[in-house]
Amino acid sequence: MSTTLGVWIAAFLTLCILSFLYKDNPFYKFAEHLFVGTSAGYWAAYYYHNILKPNLYVPLFKEGKLLYIIPLALGIMMLMRLWPRIGWISRWPLAFIVGTYAGYNLITYLQTNALAQVKATLTPFTDVSRVILFVGVLTGLIYFFFSKEHRGIFGKAARVGIWFLMVAFGASFGYTVMARVSLIIGRMMFLLKDWLGVID
Amino acid sequence: MRRYGRRAPYATEFIIGILLLGTSAVQGEALSGPAPVTQVVAIDKPNDSGGSVLIRWKRSADDGAGMMSVKGYEILRSVEREKGYEHLTVVPAGVEEYVDNTTVDGTSYFYIIGATDGVHRTDSDPVGPVMSSAQWFHQGRLNMLIATVLLSGLVLWFINRAKKGKKLYIRPIAGLQAVDEAVGRATEMGRPVLYVPGIQDMDNIQTIAGIVILGRVAERTAQYGTPLIVPTSRSLVMTAAQETVKEAYLNVGRPDAYNPDLIRYLTDDQFGYAAGVDGMMVREKPAAIFYMGAFYAESLILAETGHSTGAIQIAGTAMPAQLPFFVTACDYTLIGEELFAASAYLSKEPLLLGSLKGQDWGKAIFIAILLLGSILASFGHYFLSDWLTTGSL
Repeated sequence: MSTTLGVWIAAFLTLCILSFLYKDNPFYKFAEHLFVGTSAGYWAAYYYHNILKPNLYVPLFKEGKLLYIIPLALGIMMLMRLWPRIGWISRWPLAFIVGTYAGYNLITYLQTNALAQVKATLTPFTDVSRVILFVGVLTGLIYFFFSKEHRGIFGKAARVGIWFLMVAFGASFGYTVMARVSLIIGRMMFLLKDWLGVID
Repeated sequence: MRRYGRRAPYATEFIIGILLLGTSAVQGEALSGPAPVTQVVAIDKPNDSGGSVLIRWKRSADDGAGMMSVKGYEILRSVEREKGYEHLTVVPAGVEEYVDNTTVDGTSYFYIIGATDGVHRTDSDPVGPVMSSAQWFHQGRLNMLIATVLLSGLVLWFINRAKKGKKLYIRPIAGLQAVDEAVGRATEMGRPVLYVPGIQDMDNIQTIAGIVILGRVAERTAQYGTPLIVPTSRSLVMTAAQETVKEAYLNVGRPDAYNPDLIRYLTDDQFGYAAGVDGMMVREKPAAIFYMGAFYAESLILAETGHSTGAIQIAGTAMPAQLPFFVTACDYTLIGEELFAASAYLSKEPLLLGSLKGQDWGKAIFIAILLLGSILASFGHYFLSDWLTTGSL
């Protein structure tokens, strides 16, 4: 059995979280609130040291790059929501962020999710697997047509498409569940090996 | 060509060179460096944002052939043709290209490529002057421009048609038809609605889609007087969610019912957030739970807990690895693009419906390219596939 205080605390908190499998209880509530609170504090400190400081404070106040006044102003405008009378100002930086990222992602998604995928599917029909891939992509795309009714041949193709999707989901489900099982094994190893020392 | 000996900074290679020198002397061969490189060209690197020069050459006759003596190529650079050459780097034998990423735009440079055997170096004639500069247009991404213009044009055209009153059909999406049912159920049971907008920030298009749908759900909860709880894992998402919900309550004439405290930030930590939302589910006992946005490993933890509380659950995400969990544990799931189509479906606004129609035409074009390209590829023609190759930035 471990003689390290940190291991005992970690084991206690692990058991508190696992107790949720029975039902909600004070131990789970304690661990949950501790987890949420400490992680929120951790991320606040992380953002200050890894984002705010190197990307705003140092360039603006240490290196004198005046262009950084713009993000500073946007940040201050965001904080205006703390005062209800001028809270509307916070909508401007928000609109700037959403608009900028929507435009930026348009190009990124078009390249990675459309052109690159179409190119990867453009293969000669030399074997059965490539034909299956082609049919899967084609019918899958048909399923995602929203402005046409799924009837007749079109509807049947869409139905084949959803079957392809479900088969893919099934495979993905099994694969991911195995990865999650490895997580629970890791936790059990911690409890039985690092904490209790009953296994080697 | 200029040939002259030069001490290399490597002791081992120096000794090997001495040995080779002895061997060559015994065999009666010339005591000189390897044959020089030929056809040296230095140009401004195309399709970049400046600051780099591309140098190409044909390898020495003694590289992989002839005397087999070339160990590498030394790159030298100067701002004057005849003097002042500085060592940049040494690239291995067999290489015929080097990109100098340390140039200053607007400055003229000259380059010499020296074929070296570790002891001697045979230099090429200087090439240049060459000047790096930024290009306004990346020619390798012409296909992206065409695709963007085409798709945007289609969307704008159909939006314009919709604005003119042209009726646009949109097929039923089961998950979205159930939104009213879910909110109605929560109202009847006197329980709140829980809306989870994923764990990504506002830079994620799925989060934006989730927030747009939140606006429609909020209109329903405002109309029915049902509490709407929105736990967020990002401060910006909380801000956006508060603004969206506030506007929705205003739109239906219920600003008094808006409670910003129900839209709260928990933590940025993935599993801390999952633990917090799980706690809300079992304590607040929402009758309807929505998961709309980008999710990762917390998806099943959330959906399974929500399922155990007996709530009606509607999920929507474009994360392929998480969709199976939502399909398994939720009553309805919006798959991939259905999430992005949801805002148009729920609002029935001509602007959004036109956009959806335009996107469908985009898909039709991609299907046509797929069909044509695959048939052509089967007959050994790959130009369509090549055309889709996008140059890197």
